[in-house]
Amino acid sequence: MSTTRAHLDAASSEPLHPAARETLLAALDHGWADPRRLHHEGRRARLLLDNAREAVAESLDVRPDEVTFTASGTEAVHRGLLGLHRGRGTSGGGTPTLVHSAVEHSAVLHAARWTGDPVREVPVTRTGRVTGEALSGVVDEVLRPAGGPTGRVTVAAVQHANHEVGTVHDVAGLADLLGDVPLFVDACASTGRLPLPRGWAAAAASAHKWGGPAGVGLLLVRKGARWRNPFPADDRVDERGTGFENVPAALAAAAALQAVVAERDTLGPAQAALVDRVRAVAATVPDVEVVGDPVDRLPHLVTFSCLYVDGEALVTELDRRGFGVASGSACTASTLRPSHVLAAMGVLTHGNVRLSLARDTDPGQVEELLRVLPEVVATLRGRVGL
Amino acid sequence: MSPADLELDCREMLCPMPVIELARHVGDVAVGGTVAVVTRDAAARVDVPAWCRMRGHEYVGEDAADDGVPRHVVRRLA
Repeated sequence: MSTTRAHLDAASSEPLHPAARETLLAALDHGWADPRRLHHEGRRARLLLDNAREAVAESLDVRPDEVTFTASGTEAVHRGLLGLHRGRGTSGGGTPTLVHSAVEHSAVLHAARWTGDPVREVPVTRTGRVTGEALSGVVDEVLRPAGGPTGRVTVAAVQHANHEVGTVHDVAGLADLLGDVPLFVDACASTGRLPLPRGWAAAAASAHKWGGPAGVGLLLVRKGARWRNPFPADDRVDERGTGFENVPAALAAAAALQAVVAERDTLGPAQAALVDRVRAVAATVPDVEVVGDPVDRLPHLVTFSCLYVDGEALVTELDRRGFGVASGSACTASTLRPSHVLAAMGVLTHGNVRLSLARDTDPGQVEELLRVLPEVVATLRGRVGL
Repeated sequence: MSPADLELDCREMLCPMPVIELARHVGDVAVGGTVAVVTRDAAARVDVPAWCRMRGHEYVGEDAADDGVPRHVVRRLA
């Protein structure tokens, strides 16, 4: 049994990167003032904020004026999706309609339904992939419905990578198919780990998922995109954001992003190889199904479901043995509903485990988990007489 | 409501118990026979068809029992 705990849930939150910690501590002393003020302290905070924006832009290969710091990834998703919807919502004929994939993060689902406008969902394959055919099919149905009024797609949302199963989308290819329909890309699961794809009109990311501090999101709005603020305006540094800027956290988030992008070429393949091993070994446990795309996937994340096993019991038993993992099973959710991602893919929702590797995950601890997994699964099945 | 050769009352069970009950009792009907799982468990809507796929049985579909509780019908193929 492991003597130290293994945090295998980096997709929920990656521990703070050392570069972020160092930057955060320094910036707390220098970035506290109001960056809109013209006094020395204000100008110093403004300089740090501008530095953070430039560092993020460089890391993601976007323009600095395309970057807005938000209070969370969720806020960035809301502003990105709803801002594109509002930018298109008032002009032209047809009922304004939002389209999103069936495997989007719940932030996208909730925001789309919050508008009160019609929402159409794009089905996915067994591996959680939105095909161009499926996306075009739903857009065509909105434009040319079999019955009822003609609609108009204001925005289509397709994530870069799925947060639960790791499947990565060909965002640029889907954007080409969409033509004039603006694409919103939730890049929260992939930012820092994979290069940002092209093709989005707006995108969102979340710093605590790449080793930055919590409470920092990124809203990216492509130069020239028709985006209108969906919420009350605020007279801050950045017209797309709201509230007093958390300058130290933004700078720390930027420092972490720079660091993980610099480490990506070595860390990514190492994590991908370890995940390949988890996929191979987990699949040998009787009645365990490894889900998500085996190749086009996030480097650090793997999900599998164990038939006849209670997800909550599995998480609890692994936790007792020192492994912190996530689950998409209904019994582990506050809503008691199974993961809508697993449901949309048509894969088993119970007995579900998601492992996601942090930058400092010890491969030996992953091997230890693989060693105990068959026994844990067999023990839990034994409790229900199987 | 379509007829079934065996109906399993899993109304008060939570996941994964309805699927476990199904696995325990699918052998109680002949090959080609049907088993209905009656349950309020929301996960069964996904997990019963997934179980059929993994186990090589046919998911016939969902209807409702007389009391309105969802009912998932499976045909034993092997």
